[in-house]
Order: sequence, then structure tokens, then C-alpha cells
Amino acid sequence: MLIPHPLLGLRDAEEFVYLGDASLMQRPDPDSPTALTDFCDYVFLRDNPAGVHRELWFHEQGDRSWLVVTRNTLTHEILGAELATDAARPTVTQEPSA
Amino acid sequence: MTRIRGGLIDRGTSLSFTFDGKTYSGHPGDTLASALLANGVRLMGRSFKYHRPRGVFAAGSEEPNAMVELREGARREPNTRATVAELYEGLVAKSQNRVGPLSCDVLAVNDVLSPFFAAGFYYKTFMWPRAFWEKLYEPVIRRAAGLGQLSMQADPDDYDSGFLHCDLLVIGGGAAGLAAALTTGRAGARVVLADEDFRLGGRLLSERDPLGGIPAVDWIAGLEAELDSLPNVRILRRTTVFGAYDHGIYGAVARVADHLKTPGAQVRQSLWRITAKRTVLAAGATERHIPFADNDRPGIMLAGAMRSYANRWAVTPQAHAADPVAIFTNNDDGHRTALDLMAQEVPVLGVIDTRSDAPKLGDYTLFPDATVTGSKGRLGLTQIQITRAGQSTWVDCAALGVSGGWNPNVHLASHHRGRPVWDAATQSFLPGPGGPEGMHVAGAAAGRGQTGLALADGAKAAVAALAQIGMSASLPELPAPEATADTLTPCWHVPSKKRAWVDFQNDVTVKDIALAHQENMRPVEHLKRWTTLGMATDQGKTANVTALAVMAELSGKSIPETGTTIFRPPYTGVAISALGGGDSGDSFRPRRLTPTHSWAATRGAVFTEVGAWMRAQYYPQTGETHWRQTVDREAKAVRAGVGLCDVTTLGKIDVQGADATTFLNRVYANMMGTLRVGRVRYGLMLREDGFLYDDGTCARLAEDHYVVTTTTGNAGLVYRNLEFARQCLWPELDVHLISTTDAWAQIAVAGPNARSLLSRIVDDFDLSNDAFPFMACSTLTICNGLRARLFRISFSGELAYELAVPARYGNAVMQRLAEQGADLGVTPYGIEALSVLRIEKGHAAGAELNGQTTADMSGLGMMVSRKKDSIGVVMSRRDGLAQDSRRMVGLQPVEPTHTVTPGAHLFAQGDPQDMAHDQGWITSACYSPHVGSSIGLGFLLQGDNRMGEIVIAANPLAGETTQLRIVPSHFVDPEGERLRA
Repeated sequence: MLIPHPLLGLRDAEEFVYLGDASLMQRPDPDSPTALTDFCDYVFLRDNPAGVHRELWFHEQGDRSWLVVTRNTLTHEILGAELATDAARPTVTQEPSA
Repeated sequence: MTRIRGGLIDRGTSLSFTFDGKTYSGHPGDTLASALLANGVRLMGRSFKYHRPRGVFAAGSEEPNAMVELREGARREPNTRATVAELYEGLVAKSQNRVGPLSCDVLAVNDVLSPFFAAGFYYKTFMWPRAFWEKLYEPVIRRAAGLGQLSMQADPDDYDSGFLHCDLLVIGGGAAGLAAALTTGRAGARVVLADEDFRLGGRLLSERDPLGGIPAVDWIAGLEAELDSLPNVRILRRTTVFGAYDHGIYGAVARVADHLKTPGAQVRQSLWRITAKRTVLAAGATERHIPFADNDRPGIMLAGAMRSYANRWAVTPQAHAADPVAIFTNNDDGHRTALDLMAQEVPVLGVIDTRSDAPKLGDYTLFPDATVTGSKGRLGLTQIQITRAGQSTWVDCAALGVSGGWNPNVHLASHHRGRPVWDAATQSFLPGPGGPEGMHVAGAAAGRGQTGLALADGAKAAVAALAQIGMSASLPELPAPEATADTLTPCWHVPSKKRAWVDFQNDVTVKDIALAHQENMRPVEHLKRWTTLGMATDQGKTANVTALAVMAELSGKSIPETGTTIFRPPYTGVAISALGGGDSGDSFRPRRLTPTHSWAATRGAVFTEVGAWMRAQYYPQTGETHWRQTVDREAKAVRAGVGLCDVTTLGKIDVQGADATTFLNRVYANMMGTLRVGRVRYGLMLREDGFLYDDGTCARLAEDHYVVTTTTGNAGLVYRNLEFARQCLWPELDVHLISTTDAWAQIAVAGPNARSLLSRIVDDFDLSNDAFPFMACSTLTICNGLRARLFRISFSGELAYELAVPARYGNAVMQRLAEQGADLGVTPYGIEALSVLRIEKGHAAGAELNGQTTADMSGLGMMVSRKKDSIGVVMSRRDGLAQDSRRMVGLQPVEPTHTVTPGAHLFAQGDPQDMAHDQGWITSACYSPHVGSSIGLGFLLQGDNRMGEIVIAANPLAGETTQLRIVPSHFVDPEGERLRA
């Protein structure tokens, strides 16, 4: 497979490490009353769609950026790739301290 | 001899070779199969199941029968198709799958017993008793069946792999492929043309028709010369494109030196990974046969193959030139073989055509509306039975060419999701939709095999493919031989009470398919598994479509209703060595050497693999006869004087930025936010599921600058996960990470004399306990100006430091330390002693951090901060984890001469030793020179409350039990006075 890296162009998938569902970027709020259940879902439950899937790839043998790649799991067609730092994410649970 | 005129062989040169020990002669240009036929050898092998005598059936890579063991010794290669093995001087081949000589195979008894070996026989018979399968049935069956044998020696040859990129990949160098390559080459686009044969031309090499008024071979030579002259064209001969992968990537194996006796300085084969913007698949077609009674004798072959042997290799399949040859066909192409044979003065007794309206295209006897219904000849064909209007006649016949039409080679077009579709006009499966993106199929592979059509089709496909990537090309002028529309009337098999083979290599007959139908194994997938149809090394290239058609006939359904045939890579078998591409032995993966490697080597170190690293295991001295002697000496020397150990392999991650503190506080389970500049803290990382993940140290060099260490094994993983946390979880933090594992050499200086030794190399730096206490860190210079970092941390439990210097100075600093410490008893120690020292001190390492243990279990639960969020902290409190009462303990044998065995499980005395009573396990063990006996660490139920108790360590693998006493895990200096000294 070839992955269209937003900065580096088409790169061979062998340069990447695959992690899986991009929902892993949505870490639950640890202070929520339902935190334990939320974390159980976050850690153990994943969608495994036959079709379009947003997933995380790490360019380990490259620039070490995490990408969110949108891929059709049936055809391996890649519909897009963006830097994880640019991708949509949930609200931050803690403000950075000085 | 059956060598005839013409052919593409170099008669001026003779090559001698042996088959089953007998010496023969052939010519350059021959394959092993053509050379054997030229020498009158028709019997080349035995079938898989019934051990029936078999001869060559095809003339290319689809060959099911003529399989040999090629070469000798370590190079012996079983299941080599004689039809594609290029002849070379000194070639040695042996027939396979036989007991005794090929002409008198003892296991031919299976053929007599064949009524018992019908489809599904194994499934039905070897079910009981269950235990017999592994011990009796399988070994016996494997010995009797199986094809060739492996040499069981290491492959002596080199292999290679490489990448190619092109605008257009052309697969197949026949009419369509050559036209496509020429069109693309002239347009200036980068083209790779790959063909499995050693000579370009494909089917054109087997035909007598001229091209553009000159012999086809001359026309090909002209075209080849032009392609060779174009710098944008790369021709890969002897190269099989075996698979279509995602996004225009193709796998190909080039048989670089398979046509030589030994590769010499060359590699044997190369694996190519070809990335193509567009592809033209011009893989041609494979002829199919018509099963009839006893259709598997040597001398019966595909009519097209017979034509190839006559035209390209100038051989006929009969043993004596005067023996008659016949053709059995359902289409016009079969007649073409008869005409070509007659042109070569081969006696043709006639063409048996299943069609009532069969045309007569030349001066031969035509048997219209007739079939072949039987054959005779134990080791080679002698007679055939021709049946017409219910009348059967036996006639003498030495060779029979069979033609049932042609199947397009759609394989690569269906490697993704493309399912071939049935085409009634050509009575064949054509490439369907959903094939690899960017692939255009042309020529015979698309059902347009007639020469003129194929040439035009290849050129058109190339123009269309290039247009898709914004390149323009014009159609070249190509010869357009007159198209003779071949006609065909389907005839899928000749019904018979006797066996009619469909799949020769796996001995699947029409009867087996009927049995599968009767037992309701009707879907193609079931048919295949029940009968083993198409599962041999040839993957049923000459069998699958015919079998499908027979099944359709039996079920009264149409062929498309019955199913389709799809294919997976590889197109033909690929050697594992080729897939390895040379990455074997020392080249299997990169080997990382520590900065002090050469120094350690000069000190006689024994090295061992730790992950990808080679680390000094121990440093034997003269007179030491056992590794334990060496390791004991090294461990004692550290506790008594001072030792040196390269610890560069521990992962080092540089963390910098205004939010570095916040970031580290979130990734470590323990509090890091309170760490002062100039101090080091032990750090614990959890996985998000709450289990212990990794440990290391975190040193704060400046307000916004930390250096984090990881275990050696997790160095890459921890870095990856920290980047995940930084980029995916908290991108708003101002923090950056970089791995500096390779940038800094790090040396542990451990032992009571460590301070004295270091004081001799530091530049004006106060090492006193007050100025630089336990868990201090600092940047400094040593040896008159070399920048360095010093950490006062201890893995051994002794007064110890870790000194980091730029990696290129590591070797020199190690040498300097060794020189300076001579009077202090300085001793280099390896990772064995390192491990002994840490077990004695009770430090957890890889065996304790195995992904199944928690901070509580390791006695570190108090470190997990509840005052802040960090990765894994929420889940560490979940049910099951929080209640786990197993705790890390030290273990010592009750009888001092006994050993503690890692991996053994722990049981209370008197309890049965089973899963229900399991109380824990031993993680690490060693001989402790400090304690004077074997010691160990382990996890034990309520271990922290059971000090002094005696438990049983059971090692059922060795049938051993040992009594162990539970002791605190700190075997040395429990109060920590030494490391604070």
C-alpha cells in the first residue's frame, strides 16, 4: 500500500506502524463519574467496519508523525491522510500548567 | 530420435545432461522437457495419488505432470517443472514420487486400489481412532504421497531484492505485451516489460505464421532491438510477475541464474517490488483439455503444446518418427496443430473432432462428430479408441494432441476483488470488474488471442493506460495478419465408465467430481476441498475451468450459475529464499553494536543478542572454564571494588519544551511534576488498561529539559507511545521528543570505588555525597573538556553512576576508565553479572514487567499517584486488577544446593499441583555469589504476608519440585545504605 503523507507525499506502508481506529484519540475524561466505564470502552471496544475507516498510522521509519488515514477496508482505497495534530479531537480535559 | 527441422535451438552447440542417472544431449534453447522428448524419453514422472506413469502435458508454466528434482546436494530443488527448466551443460534431474525405478514404481499398487481412494477417502477413513491420525496415518500418508524431497541443507546461494518504479508495467512479452511495450517506449514513458520465459515472444515463438512478411522470430528480434535501445524501457526476462498488490504494487521474481549450473558471482534469484502507475496484463491463455477414459498416458498432451514442441523446439512427442500422431479437438485451433505437424512431415493419422460440422483445413483424415474414448500403453501411448456414431475402433497412435479451447490467464486480474465473468462467445472466463486499479487486460488474456487482434489490443491498451496518467502515445504501425475466426463447440468431457482425469497432478477424475456432486459438495469451494482439485503445485491451471464445467453439467446448471474460478498470489510458486530477498543469516535484520563494542571485543567479551543489539554477556579470563565462574567473579568485583558496564542500549528520550513537566506528569504514573532541576526520579509507566508497562529514570537537566530512560526492549515502543500521547492526545502541549539512544554512549560505573574512579576523569566537579547525592544529575565535562552527563543512579544496589558521553567517545572513555581504575580493581562486567546484581537487589526488569503484572504486584503500588491523571491510572483501579493480591517476593532454596528455576509455578505445601491451586510463578533466578546459593524473584499470592514460609516450586516439564523459602526481595543491602554511601 501507498500512504499519501500530507508532508512527504506517497510513502510505502512498510515505513509505517499501524495502530487502528482513530477513536483512540478521544481519550475519556478521567474525572467523569462514568470514567471507569468510559475507559473500558475506550481501551477494549473498537468498531471494525467493512468499508470506510479512520485509522491511526505512525510514520516510524520516517518523520515520526502520527497520521489519521481514511481507508476503505474492503478495497484498501485510501481516501485521505492528515497529521493527527491537525485532526479533529475532543475537548481537552486538563489545562497545561505553566 | 524425434528431433525435426527448424526450431529455436542452437544446433551448433550440444549440452549434456542426466535424467535418472542416464546421460542425454540437448541444445541451448531447449527446456529439460523438450530435450527429453528429443531423446525419446516420454515417461517423466508419477502422479501424486495413484502413481500413474506420466509424461509432459504442456509446454509452459502450467505443466501438471513433468515435475522433477533438479540439481544435486544443497541446491536440489523438488517439484521443478521440466517444461520451464532451461537446459544447461551438466544439468542433473531426477524423477520423483516413486519407490523403485520410474518405470516400475512399487506404489503403483495405489492405482489398482483406486476404487478405495476416491474423493473424500481420507476424510472418511482416517477419522478413528482419533489418536491414530498424528502417530500413524499422517506419517504413512505423507511418506507415500508428497512430491519431491527437500535437500534439508541450507541454501548455498545469494538472493537479492529491489524496487522498480514505472509509468506502465507490461506483464507478458507475447504479441499484446510487445505491442504495449513498444507503444509506451516510443512515447517516452517509463516501461517495465516482464516475461516468465527466457525468450520474448510468448505464443508467437510456437507458431509458423510470418509477421509483416518476415518470420515472426525476426520481427520479434527487430522489436526487441528497438526496445533495448530505448533508455526508458526495462526488459525483465525470466521474470514472473506473481502477484498484484495494493495501489499498483506488483511482486515479481527474476530467475537470474537458474539457467546456469551455479550462479557464480550472481545472485540466484531477485525479488522485485514494482510500483506501476498503470499496468497492461498480457499474460496470454492456457489451453484446456477434454477428459476421456485413460487420458493421462505419456504421449497425450495439449495440442498447442505439441505445436510448440514441433515449431519452437523441433521435437515431436512420439518415440519414433514413423509413429502416427492424432489430434482430438472441439475447435479449429486443434486443426492448426495437425497442419503444422504435417508441414514438418510428422505422420498425422487424423483429426478427431467432436463437432458434426468440423471443417477440414488440410490434407488429413477428418473424423467429424467423433470422440476419443480410450487409450492403451502402460508407460506410453500405443493405441487410442475412436468412437463415432456408436462405433468404436482401436487404432495405433503414439501421440495425441488434445484441444478443448483456451482459458485466458486472468489470474492477476482477480488477485483483488475481481471475479472473472463467463463469456459465452469465447466459452471462457474473461477478467471481470473490480480487478486491480489501473490494470488494463489485453490480448489472449482478454479473450482476444488471435495474433493480429492481440497486437492491436496491446497497443490500444497502452495508449488508454497512458492517457489516464496524462501521457499521450500514438498507435505504432503493426503487422495485421488476416484474422481467421476460430470456432469452438463446447465439449467438456467424454463420458465413460473408466477414469477420465481432470486434474492430473492431484489425480482428480470426472468420477471424483461426480462423487462430490452426489455427496452435495457442489459449490466450487466445496468441490475443491473435497476432491483436492486445483490444490497441487500447478494450482489447477489446466483443470479448474473444466472441472467447473463438468460440475455444471452434473447439476444441470449453467457454468456461471455454478461458480467461477478466482485466484490468489502467487501465479506460480515462489521460493521462500526469493521472498527473503537475501535477508537471511547475518543479514536477517540490522545488528546494532554498542559504542564500546570494539573495546569489549579486545577484552575477549562473549556477546549475546539483546533485541537488535549485540551486548557483552561476560568477559572470560584465562583459567576460567565455565561462564558461571566468570559471572560470579564480575558480580563480586562490583560489590567489592568497581565495575564498568555499557548500558547504552537503554532507551533515551530527550523531552523539551515549556510543557515538558505537564507532559511527563501525564505519561508517568508517579508524580513527576515535583522533580527539581538536577535530580533524577525512578518512573513507572502504565498501559492505558492499567497494567505495568515500563520503568526507567527521569532526569531533569533544566527547567524545560528532561532526559527519560526506558528498558532496552521497549525503547522503540515507549518512544512511539509518547509520540502518540503528544500528537494524538495532547497536541496543545508545548513539548517535543527525540530519541537519543544512539547519540549518547552510557557507561555504568558501579561499586564502592566508583567515586574514586570517576574523580580521576571529571574536570573540576564535586562528586562528594553532599554536592552530588544519590539521584542527582548534572551536565559536566570530563577528560579535559569532553561534554558529558552524569546520573547518580544504581541498578546494582551499590554506589553507582551512569556516565553519558557523545556516542563516538564511548569507546575511548571506557578505555580511559579501565586504565585509570587499574589500582581500584576495576572490572568490566557483562549483562549476566548485571542481571545477577539486580536480582540480588530485587529490582524488577523485563521478566517482572511482562504485561501481566501491576504496580501493586511489584510492590510499587504506592508510587501510583491518585492526585493527578496519567495514562492507565483510571483502569489500574478496576475490579480484578486492584484486588490482585499476588506480590513480588524473593525466593531461596531450603536446601542451599538446590536451584531456583524460572518459569516454575508456586504451590502451598501439601496442595495438589494443578491450575486451581496455583499461587504464582518464578520470574527470574540466578546463582548469587553474595548469598552463596541460587536465588530468585517471583510473584506469590499474598506474598508480602508470607515471609519465612516454605512453598513448593513445581516444574512439571522436568518433573521436578523444589522447596523454597519466601524472603524479602532485597537480598543485598535492604536499607539502601550502600547506594547512598
